[in-house]
Amino acid sequence: MDLKDRLSVDTWTQSSSSGSGNELPKDQQSFTNFSLQQQQQQKWEDPSVLDYGVRIEPAFQEFNQTSATPSSLPCNPNSQIKILNREDCQMNEMLEPNRIQDWDPRVMLSNLSFLEQKIHQLQDLVHLIVGRRSQVLGRTNELVAQQQQLVTADLTSIIVQLITTAGTLLPSVKNTLSTASPSVGQLGQLGGVLFPSGTGMNGGAVAQSSGGSKVSDQSNQIDLTGACGIEQNNATEEHELKDEDDADEGENLPPGSYEILQLEKEEILAPHTHFCMICGKGFKRDANLRMHMRGHGDEYKTPAALAKPNKESSSEPMLIKRYSCPFAGCKRNKDHKKFQPLKTILCVKNHYKRTHCDKSYTCSRCNTKKFSVIADLKTHEKHCGKDKWLCSCGTTFSRKDKLFGHIALFQGHTPAIPLDETKGSVGPSDRGEGNGAANKVGSVGFNFSSNASSGSGVQDMMDVKRGADEPTGFFSPLTFDPCSLVGFHEFPRPPFEDSESSFSFLVPGSCSYTRKTGGESSSNDLE
Amino acid sequence: MKRQKGVVDENIFDVLTEEIVFTILDFLDPNPLDKKSFSLACKAFYGIESRHRKALKPLRSEHLITVLKRYPHLEHLDLSLCPRITDNSLTIISVLCKSTLRSIDLSQSRFFSHVGLWNLATNCSGLVEIDLSNATELRDTGAAAIAEAKNLERLWLARCKLITDMGIGCIAVGCKKLRSISLKWCLGVGDLGVGLIALKCKQIRHLDLSYLPITNKCLPCILQLQYLEDLILVGCFSIDDDSLVALKQGCKSLKKLDMSSCQNVSHVGLSSLTSDARSLQQLALAYGSPVTHALADSLQDLSMLQSIKLDGCVVTYAGLKGIGNWCASLREVSLSKCSGVTDEGLSSLVMKHRDLRKLDVTCCRKITQVSIAYITNSCPALTSLKMESCTLVPSEAFVLIGQRCLCLEELDLTDNEIDDEGLKSISRCVKLTSLKLGICLNITDEGLGHVGMCCSKLIELDLYRCVGITDSGILAIARGCPGLEMINLAYCKDITDSSLISLSKCSRLNTFESRGCPSITSLGLAAIAVGCKQLAKLDIKKCHNINDAGMIPLAHFSQNLRQINLSYSSVTDVGLLSLASISCLQGMTILHLKGLTASGLAAALLACGGLTKVKLQASFKSLLPQPLFEHLEARGCMFQWRDKVFQAELDPICWKLQLEDMQ
Repeated sequence: MDLKDRLSVDTWTQSSSSGSGNELPKDQQSFTNFSLQQQQQQKWEDPSVLDYGVRIEPAFQEFNQTSATPSSLPCNPNSQIKILNREDCQMNEMLEPNRIQDWDPRVMLSNLSFLEQKIHQLQDLVHLIVGRRSQVLGRTNELVAQQQQLVTADLTSIIVQLITTAGTLLPSVKNTLSTASPSVGQLGQLGGVLFPSGTGMNGGAVAQSSGGSKVSDQSNQIDLTGACGIEQNNATEEHELKDEDDADEGENLPPGSYEILQLEKEEILAPHTHFCMICGKGFKRDANLRMHMRGHGDEYKTPAALAKPNKESSSEPMLIKRYSCPFAGCKRNKDHKKFQPLKTILCVKNHYKRTHCDKSYTCSRCNTKKFSVIADLKTHEKHCGKDKWLCSCGTTFSRKDKLFGHIALFQGHTPAIPLDETKGSVGPSDRGEGNGAANKVGSVGFNFSSNASSGSGVQDMMDVKRGADEPTGFFSPLTFDPCSLVGFHEFPRPPFEDSESSFSFLVPGSCSYTRKTGGESSSNDLE
Repeated sequence: MKRQKGVVDENIFDVLTEEIVFTILDFLDPNPLDKKSFSLACKAFYGIESRHRKALKPLRSEHLITVLKRYPHLEHLDLSLCPRITDNSLTIISVLCKSTLRSIDLSQSRFFSHVGLWNLATNCSGLVEIDLSNATELRDTGAAAIAEAKNLERLWLARCKLITDMGIGCIAVGCKKLRSISLKWCLGVGDLGVGLIALKCKQIRHLDLSYLPITNKCLPCILQLQYLEDLILVGCFSIDDDSLVALKQGCKSLKKLDMSSCQNVSHVGLSSLTSDARSLQQLALAYGSPVTHALADSLQDLSMLQSIKLDGCVVTYAGLKGIGNWCASLREVSLSKCSGVTDEGLSSLVMKHRDLRKLDVTCCRKITQVSIAYITNSCPALTSLKMESCTLVPSEAFVLIGQRCLCLEELDLTDNEIDDEGLKSISRCVKLTSLKLGICLNITDEGLGHVGMCCSKLIELDLYRCVGITDSGILAIARGCPGLEMINLAYCKDITDSSLISLSKCSRLNTFESRGCPSITSLGLAAIAVGCKQLAKLDIKKCHNINDAGMIPLAHFSQNLRQINLSYSSVTDVGLLSLASISCLQGMTILHLKGLTASGLAAALLACGGLTKVKLQASFKSLLPQPLFEHLEARGCMFQWRDKVFQAELDPICWKLQLEDMQ
């Protein structure tokens, strides 16, 4: 990203901040523009991505005309929004220190009024959707889902904004931030807090800053681009980078020597990445798409059309590409202190599915092992039912030496002898505990994960928790207004995933934790 | 009347406190029968003895409840003589002994499982020692049960072949205080289990890994054990030089290392292993690589070394000379069955190690009088000399032994040319406790008379096939050596009942073997039975003149008899059945008993409740009903079936010639 990119963002923010009550469509417009720009910059040569750019515009236009019918199919255009959000986030990163450092009630007031305004906008939008519901019958599910996601994204951002607004009141936050000049690392963290902010977020940020010019000033101060910011991040934290366990990918690329790309959840989870421009059919491989295209006419049968698209024919040197996981707080996320990039898209896909997704593939033989990547299931099934090496903690190993390594490592773990009753008693109790934790976490994340369909649900959840880490009592009772809870409960509850990592996030904020459990109980009651 | 009763109460022992009586009882330890007599004196003594006793070695498990109730302070329980220890027995022990029990020996017991062990380990929290050797049926569940004994310090698992790494892993995690563990012949245990033991049990001092399929992988862990003193790696074939050389550091605390039968380890690996072991005192390299100059050289820096065992190795002159140059002063050298030991080599060794106490040159057939001269000259402090089958040593050489090595306590001259002159000289070694003269065809009563007159401390005497010995020689021994415990008169064909009658004065005699003495009759045996109350092992094979008349006094008086061999004797059903009254009797060998019928055998077997091992003619297998054997096996009795044809006795000289032909 360079200054040009930044400028485009600036203009966009200005336009959005100066927008009147009916600014939403305009926003969308700028979104698409921006996304196009970004795509061009990052993956210019990739026709499939270009595809997105092309496809996305009509989608949003349609959106303005259509209304929603409930559907939960995630689609590609969404990911574009996600990329936008990322940009917003970077914006916020830059705005953040300023805002918090000189906090005053007036800013708060303007913030709140902006929120009010935002809610009104959303209200209008929903009205609009309701009004057009009658026309919707012919629309595809995709579009309907988009609208729904947009609404939920807005709601999310409103809530997050509300939290951050409340957070500025906290002395602890002020203290930590006012110590000396905020390091880039801290900025990154704060950015993480606000990470998934939608349009509302963005607006909030603008509202806090007095004008667009100021925004650009600040961004100049802080070396501008997001990528640069991250590189600095790495530079400051470099001394902390140790050889990690998963050093398999622990290549030590110097910061800045590679370009960081971050796909969005939908893009990662999409079954197909290549789509036919004519009929919309999706393919996993580009070659398969080209084969398919032949059916659409002779012009696709030429050797040129069938040939593999040239790789970066231009003279500019190829920058090494590395990937970031979109999951905030993840070590593979570029905002993480000890960020470790992923090498390929395949790595991203597998990492995201393994770490942040529901394990939906269950082994048909043992009915206990679950996997989120189907290849893992197949690998497991090859060995399932063979000698199982069991630890007293309930962990199973396919190899004896692995079990003994595990036992050597952990105090109090012993090999569990098969046919021994102790194994049975230990296993379930552990599992029960895990479930308990999962439940607790689930109920917290739940409020936000209702907008999971917007693609940033999981992130939101994590952000809230991260927030809980830092300022105690970040969760004021205000945020957990029972009414809003009721509202969120109406959304389909997403299957909870990755209870472990969520739980680890929860632990430090013991103070807020109790409140959360309170929130949980109330939500349970409501259920 | 009342006053009189008061006088009776004023027992002089009432003056003594219980502590003082306890101290007195402590001095009675060597002979178990003394304590028994003490406890039978009166009720008070009975009670004191019950409270005093700390160790118990019961013969039957049936009476465990009453026995354990009688001895409330029992700490050491040895069940190796009980043929049948079930889970129930172990549960009873665990409930009655609770945490006072500190050690238990289950090394010969079968029929228990992990359930009983679990009860034992959980109830007896004070257990520090468990011997589970030969628990061949024990599986990992049993090992997991042992792991519950958190205070365990010493554990023997020899021949627990079904235990795997998993079970050992449980023990490693559970028994953190373990100081000594023996995993000999636990063939299911490999690197992982041993490695985990070394990793988790940091207190280990004694580690026996003999015959385990371990490789170099677990060695680094073992050598990091801070307190390891005793490491036994006998027969670990997978350990080789390459892996030992790769080891970065040796074990500094090591005092005893046994690498016998490690065929793939030469001096290269050994020097790597012992490089840091400066405090090494004992080293065993039996049946290993050749003892060359290189090997001797690689070990010469071990300044604390006291003992080296090189049994069965190929030994060179340079090797022995190299050992002679070691800086340490050796106390014990064992070269038994080493080929290549010559007069030059041995003399160069003994000349440098003048402080030698024990020397074993068994079957070093090349040594002559020269070696004996050097040995006796250089090592006057020698206490033990074993030189079986040193056939080139002439009879004159043995005179030197008696002249110079007056400290000898143990002397093995089996199959040598020693004559009466030599024996007369050797009789000057008044400290002699063990003398083996088997197959010494040149000695007669005259020589033995000198031994009997001078060596009053003799405990063990072996006169196997000493055909020149008659009753007068034995009479001299019986008179002069009242402490005699073991005597072997096998194939001394001139021995008659009078020898046995004179030996019956040796009240401590516990092992008596008189195979192939045709002149011995039931009369002599009766004398032994009456006189030697402690008789535990009796071998009267091929004593054709011993019949049922000998069995009846035996059954009556020898209540401590454990093993008996009656093969080829004239004992019949009656005699055999009468033996059933010996409650200790555990082992019987009854082959070729002409008078034995199937029903008589069945009755005897059923009557002897404590039998654990019986050797029988294979022909009886079909004559007796299978359920009988099943019943006996369930009681803990094992049967060994022999199908040897009747062998005629050879003339002793012919026998030796035949033996030499075979060699």
